[in-house]
Amino acid sequence: MIRSEILREIAPILRDQLVICNIGLPSQELHMIDDQPTNFYMLGTMGLASSIGLGVALAQPKTVISIDGDGSVLTNLGTLPTIANNVADNFILLIIDNGSYGSTGDQPTYAGKKTSLTAVARACGCENVVECRAEETGKVLQDAIDSKKMTIIVCKCESGNIKVPVITKDPVVIRDRFMTAVQS
Amino acid sequence: MSINTKIVNDLIANKISFVTTVPCKQLAGVIDEIDRSPDIFHIPSNKEDEGMGLCAGAWMGGKRPAIIMQNTALGVTLNTLATLIQYYRMPLPMLISYRGELREPVACQVEMAVHTKALLAQLNIPTYHFHKERDADELDAILKYTFMCNKPVAILTDASFWGGYGDQ
Repeated sequence: MIRSEILREIAPILRDQLVICNIGLPSQELHMIDDQPTNFYMLGTMGLASSIGLGVALAQPKTVISIDGDGSVLTNLGTLPTIANNVADNFILLIIDNGSYGSTGDQPTYAGKKTSLTAVARACGCENVVECRAEETGKVLQDAIDSKKMTIIVCKCESGNIKVPVITKDPVVIRDRFMTAVQS
Repeated sequence: MSINTKIVNDLIANKISFVTTVPCKQLAGVIDEIDRSPDIFHIPSNKEDEGMGLCAGAWMGGKRPAIIMQNTALGVTLNTLATLIQYYRMPLPMLISYRGELREPVACQVEMAVHTKALLAQLNIPTYHFHKERDADELDAILKYTFMCNKPVAILTDASFWGGYGDQ
């Protein structure tokens, strides 16, 4: 399975949650598959989906899911110790780990070579780290939501992209409707 | 009242309840007060752009944030300021230690000091410079201004403001 197939499969689970979605193709794919006001699409700023998601989770009680990529987590590796040491049990970090920088042409990442983000997350002190196959993502994600424990999910999948349009929504509109959804 | 207490009181009076910090010797007293304050959630970050991500999330979650950082880190935050904080129009008070100004003992700090105001001006970030202790009288108004206009706002605090570096 590739990332867009995973997103299509977990869209019904994501629909009821606050979602911070990573820059580039992940946001474009989620936007095309199931646009929701509870989705915050990152149009820039690679690496910060997990930081933004943790911030939202620490500020209010609803469940927050950050959809990140292996390349983006490597860009902001300092996020994992911050997450581990500031536990928000309403926060789930879903790392879709396809071992490549998908949005820029599938160049390999180190996570697809020697580096295990699962092991890194555990070494940083994250307590609930689950590595799963792409096909298991829906069940693992639902279990994480139901557990009400902060969870890091590393979903190992194949690299590959589909053709998707860019997001043309104004960023302030994306942000404003997300904030309205947070408060509702 | 110490200047550290005055600064933290102004943050609290403006309902700032989520502060991320990257350490600085000049700002150590403020960071200590923030850490002790029951009114503020203090979350140290490993890098300033990460901290700005945390602040963006906290604000969208309903809390007023602030970041405490050194001016030497401005370079690593330019993309985040432009494509996250400014693009999505978010408020962010940045209390910045202005290293490399008068009374600075470390020569390398000057190398970013000479670019600090130019970079902030290039990004159209409203910038205030605290040089004497009474300059902090404006902090309350600066914080109100920040959350009125939903912009990042820089408050540069130099060594003279903090009383120098002691015996260095």
